[in-house]
Amino acid sequence: MRVLLILALCLLALPLRAEEVIAGLSQRSVSLTVNFEGSEILIYGAVRREAPLPEESDLNVIITIEGPPQTTVVWRKARRAGIWVNTDRQDIRAAPSFYAVATTGPLREILSQDADLTHRISTRLAIFEARGVADPTERATFTEALIRVREAEGLYQQHDGGVDLERETLFSTRLTLPKTIVEGRYAARILLVRDGEVIDEVETFIDVQKAVLERWLTNLAYEQPFIYGLLALFLAVFFGWGASALFRLMRN
Amino acid sequence: MQVYLPIAETSVNAFTLLGVGGGVGMLSGMFGVGGGFLITPLLFFIGVPPAVAVATGVNQVVASSISGVLAHLKRKTVDLQMGTVLLIGGLIGSLIGIWFFNLMSRLGQIDLIVQLSYVIFLGIIGGLMLQESLRALIRSKNPSAPKRKLHKHYWLHNLPFKMKFRTSGLYISVFPPLLVGMGVGVLAAIMGVGGGFIMVPAMIYLLGMPTKVVIGTSLFQITFVAAFTTMMHAVTNQSVDVMLAIFLIIGGVVGAQIGTRVGLKLKAEQLRIALALLVLAVCGKIAFDLLWPPVELYSVTVPGRF
Repeated sequence: MRVLLILALCLLALPLRAEEVIAGLSQRSVSLTVNFEGSEILIYGAVRREAPLPEESDLNVIITIEGPPQTTVVWRKARRAGIWVNTDRQDIRAAPSFYAVATTGPLREILSQDADLTHRISTRLAIFEARGVADPTERATFTEALIRVREAEGLYQQHDGGVDLERETLFSTRLTLPKTIVEGRYAARILLVRDGEVIDEVETFIDVQKAVLERWLTNLAYEQPFIYGLLALFLAVFFGWGASALFRLMRN
Repeated sequence: MQVYLPIAETSVNAFTLLGVGGGVGMLSGMFGVGGGFLITPLLFFIGVPPAVAVATGVNQVVASSISGVLAHLKRKTVDLQMGTVLLIGGLIGSLIGIWFFNLMSRLGQIDLIVQLSYVIFLGIIGGLMLQESLRALIRSKNPSAPKRKLHKHYWLHNLPFKMKFRTSGLYISVFPPLLVGMGVGVLAAIMGVGGGFIMVPAMIYLLGMPTKVVIGTSLFQITFVAAFTTMMHAVTNQSVDVMLAIFLIIGGVVGAQIGTRVGLKLKAEQLRIALALLVLAVCGKIAFDLLWPPVELYSVTVPGRF
């Protein structure tokens, strides 16, 4: 009797894990080399299924990539003495330096608000505002401005319908990392959604790092600024003096 | 081809950079101006953050003035005494400028300060240059016009701490050259320029130095002040981008060589008018950006980044 009950429970539980996501990335690391112009990442995968395809609901896939969070300041300009000056500021406790959401359909329609809140999927929810003194509407204005500014720079992206899903099994999307991305670990999430709820989720990472020379220069600049300054001067003297000496030689 | 700038953390087109360096280098070869006052604003226009543009601009000034100062030292057309006094003033000014620059960075107003100083100074230089070259053009057509008298004594020269400057043949107070040097130092730190455009007229008209030592002495001061300012920027706010500097320097050196040769074949007066108009155009563009209501009122900064 007990065995039967457990079996029955298992069967009941089974549909919840009946669909599982398996995903891959075209690259796991991005190198910011001398000629870095931005990078396109292909995210693809399949849905593994042990039960037959449920008929009454549609499967949706949501893919997000999130760059390392940073404390951020949003400024607002106002006219002072005829010129436009930064006057008001709002601090953001943590905002992703990059955030992209791609879905198989309109995010608002395929995902319930609760699920969005739990999994923090839409861009607005990936940003943590500082609990400041400013009134909530004012705070929201600044956060929306942050999203607008970063969307214009390609740092925040929302692609409704950007994920191709074939026969509810194979999916793929391409997301572009612009040339202004910062270094760090980028989290890529792939979520399966049915009836507005997330039924499975996997997370994987993309490491974005400056290439050897760029890495070395940045480290030197921040850790040994004095030596870096001397290097900058040496290069200036070397090229400035060296090149004119070279031209003098060529003339004679 | 794009170049990734590790400090600015963005990439720009390599040929654009070489073009900016080369174009400004050509102008500097043709007119004997340093060109720092054009490089920095042109860098703003191609998307380099102002703080990086200023610090890297001043690094480029070292490269563009080093061979000049060596040549002048060899020819003994440097007043080392005057140069040292100007340099001491320059170092003090640079320190003040760096302090102000970092203060404004923390307050989030550095972009505004840099742009405002450019509007003011490019406006003044462009205006003076245009006036001067128009006058020269008129004079060349009408040679009987009276010439201006050089070397007058002002009350400034009679302040205490008088010093003998042998090479220049002057016996004046150290305060005027100290102040001139200081002003230039402040400009170097805030605007990323050598400051020759201010110092050369000040040395001729204010200090009354003989013209044959003016260029060498100003280059002497500029080289050391620019080197010091580069160090200060590198140490206090890490905004010198050597990758950016190398492209500008290479473009600049090559451009200067071409410019020197081209300059000999062209008519100086008309060229000066063209340069003045270019300076005024750059000034106008920056002023327009400050005065015209921006499309986006909001901007985003990340503390510790540019």
